[in-house]
Amino acid sequence: MRLLFGSCFTLLVAAALGLGATWFTLTRGVAFGSLTIGGWTAWPKSGSVDIDPYARASVARSGELPTGVGDGVAFYARTDDARNNFDGRCTFTLSGMTPAARYWTVTLYDPEGRLVANAIDRHGFTSEEIVRDNDGQFAITVAPLARPGNWLPTGGIEQFVLVWRLYDTPIGVASRTTKEGPMPAIARKGCS
Amino acid sequence: MIRALMWILAAILLGGIVHLSTVLALPQAAKQDAYSRLTPLAQVNTMVPLAAPTAASAIMPFMDPAFAAAVCRYDLTDGSLKLIAPVSPAYTSVTFYTRKSVAYYAINDRAAGRRSIELDLMTPEQHAEVPEEEDVTAADRLIIESPSTTGLIVLRALAPQPALMAAARSALAAATCGIQPVQ
Repeated sequence: MRLLFGSCFTLLVAAALGLGATWFTLTRGVAFGSLTIGGWTAWPKSGSVDIDPYARASVARSGELPTGVGDGVAFYARTDDARNNFDGRCTFTLSGMTPAARYWTVTLYDPEGRLVANAIDRHGFTSEEIVRDNDGQFAITVAPLARPGNWLPTGGIEQFVLVWRLYDTPIGVASRTTKEGPMPAIARKGCS
Repeated sequence: MIRALMWILAAILLGGIVHLSTVLALPQAAKQDAYSRLTPLAQVNTMVPLAAPTAASAIMPFMDPAFAAAVCRYDLTDGSLKLIAPVSPAYTSVTFYTRKSVAYYAINDRAAGRRSIELDLMTPEQHAEVPEEEDVTAADRLIIESPSTTGLIVLRALAPQPALMAAARSALAAATCGIQPVQ
């Protein structure tokens, strides 16, 4: 009797633990070999044959195609530099410099990777269309309502994700050092 | 007491095994991975342009809207594949994925260093059958080995500004992929 109870308990707990851990790691996007600069994190290995089993599983589940290392590297941000969640009802600014790359793009998605509907049909910027000041610096305002300059609309959604993709870049390929060069700073400027 | 601890320990161990095996099995079981999403849209061994992602619909999540994209869903059973992709004005890249979405090779226009990117894709067995002198004489012939018989080649051309999207799309429209019959 005791043996039966014990083994039933063990099997139930094992199933709950195992499946729970799998669900948790896949929804959180756990992967190894991350490269973090400021509020931005990239997984360069996910774009190569060295992709780890967790990233493999999460890619298979979401249906996306990771950026290959010979193509570029994608940095993800879900919070600002002070770890405030990206709430689409708040205003955030991205400013500063980007690491060396032939081109870059920045795109706003919802947490499932879909583009967000907005009145001006803008979902991101490329390095060529961004408006810069005289020193070559730029600032992007991510906000629900129209702003002057480089305005990236959030559509007022509860949570958004920013993806900064660098194309034809040495980042993530050659060097393993953390002095990879600056990524744009992210700051919250209040909520409506 | 000891016995209860033993049961808990066994549960944790078994839970770990369940966790690892589900993570490893998931790519095999996934029904909505990129290859499955593209199967109804792309004929085998043909270059097919992909619809640009919009807020209403996107073929795959996290597609870059600044890029025009085309895909060749390949199957090397009947021979090796020849890919020819003219380079677009701004930036063009070719990424090779296995059936399970592992990016095993990627190259961009500058690394390819020509007006068009030309590649031969073959399985390791087909590569072994390529006559050696042919391999040497065609020094600029780029041969890629595919770890899986089926997979995806994704061509991406950047439109640095929205007005240049048409040029990027037309560059991709001239790209071809096709099987070369076994000699």
